[in-house]
Amino acid sequence: MLSSLKDRVGAVLLPGDGFSLDTDDTISLTEQAKPDKVLCGPGLRRSGARLVACKSGVLRHKLPNVFWVDSQQRRYVPAKGETVIGIVMLKSGDVFKVDFGGSEQASLSYLAFEGSTKRNRPNVQVGDLVFAQFTIANKDMEPELVCIDSSGRANGMGVFGPGGLLFRVSLGLVRRLLAPHSDIRSDLDQLFPCELVVGMNGRVWVKSSSIQQTLILANLLQSCDTMTAPQRQELFKRVKQGAL
Amino acid sequence: MEVCRSSAVSLREFGCEQSLLSRPDGSASFVQGDTSVLAGVYGPAEVKVSKEIYDRATVEVLIQPKVGLPSVRERSQEQCVRETCEASLLLSLHPRSSLTLVLQVLHDDGSLLSCSLNSACMALMDAGLPMSCLFCGVTCAIDYDGKIITDPSAAQEKGSRALMTFAIDSTERRVLMSSTKGSFSVHELQQCIAVSQKASEKIFQFYRDSISRRYSKNL
Repeated sequence: MLSSLKDRVGAVLLPGDGFSLDTDDTISLTEQAKPDKVLCGPGLRRSGARLVACKSGVLRHKLPNVFWVDSQQRRYVPAKGETVIGIVMLKSGDVFKVDFGGSEQASLSYLAFEGSTKRNRPNVQVGDLVFAQFTIANKDMEPELVCIDSSGRANGMGVFGPGGLLFRVSLGLVRRLLAPHSDIRSDLDQLFPCELVVGMNGRVWVKSSSIQQTLILANLLQSCDTMTAPQRQELFKRVKQGAL
Repeated sequence: MEVCRSSAVSLREFGCEQSLLSRPDGSASFVQGDTSVLAGVYGPAEVKVSKEIYDRATVEVLIQPKVGLPSVRERSQEQCVRETCEASLLLSLHPRSSLTLVLQVLHDDGSLLSCSLNSACMALMDAGLPMSCLFCGVTCAIDYDGKIITDPSAAQEKGSRALMTFAIDSTERRVLMSSTKGSFSVHELQQCIAVSQKASEKIFQFYRDSISRRYSKNL
């Protein structure tokens, strides 16, 4: 069963494409039979004795036995532990309602900021941007955000300062930006110094030393989606030489 | 834009383009001969309290005709498309949310319902919504000599005594939805289903080719 999955790694799957979970026909008598455990990520579902893809995309594999489908989509569906950029929509009592681009608004408690107590409330206004993490995200409950990690530190999360520019890119590009040793990020490093905040929900916030540079960076990132690596490097080189 | 030329079961030339609109979460246009439909999907998004269903997503399909306001004909087509989508989507994964599918008819030259179904499927796939299987629509016309024409044009539809549209799923080639007009025998119905199932192979192969081509670009 694993071999049939591994054969298709890197191939494009369509919804409905399945793999049977049956064991191999021949079992070695000398080696000990070990049950295989497979971890399925987004886009793969178990249905009875079969493993079925439910999204179109490319099958990916990570050692030892992790499989998922890498797809391009624009609408964000929250997942626990992911960090997102949200907009504070409403202050009601002791929670803020935050829009993160999903199907409903998430709640963010005023106690979930670094150093905040019942006396000392954080200074958050309606319309502010927050960088926060999901502690509750499942399909049946209201999603809940926090701006602190498990040890009570901000760890980079919290309310955004003034300045900067927020824009949207595709979720695929966000995942490419956040991947370790991302090639887009290393290309960006060579341009100008900038502050970059990337939310898993497809929102990106950029701040650079001048408005002009911020706008250039925003335009470059938005166009990265449809460019191949050589095209991107060529464009970045031209920008660096001051052609744009 | 991709175009498929057809040979054995005679379908007109068909083609498709995905994610061509910037605002919706998924979009596609599908062309069959001169018939062309543009589809946009929004969702999973917030839902009105009156339409909320506690254990699954609410699906809404809107068909906009080329000219004028949507009428009874569009309503019945909306229902056909909606029921097909509900059968193939895994709606229980997004409870209390809404999926809105807007289909804009760009030109009608026969087989409009099957073209709407095909563009709906492509748009749903583009939006990355969880589906248990894909579906496609095939229209068959039976003329006065008893000949079966697949994917008829508007003129062929007019000169036929019966017109049937089937939605067929990709895993077991079962009929998900059927819409029929005119008089025909049981035997002819069975024949039309068999022909549609054969024609669906070609459409599903086209889906696979166009998706692989799309992912070959950005990966």
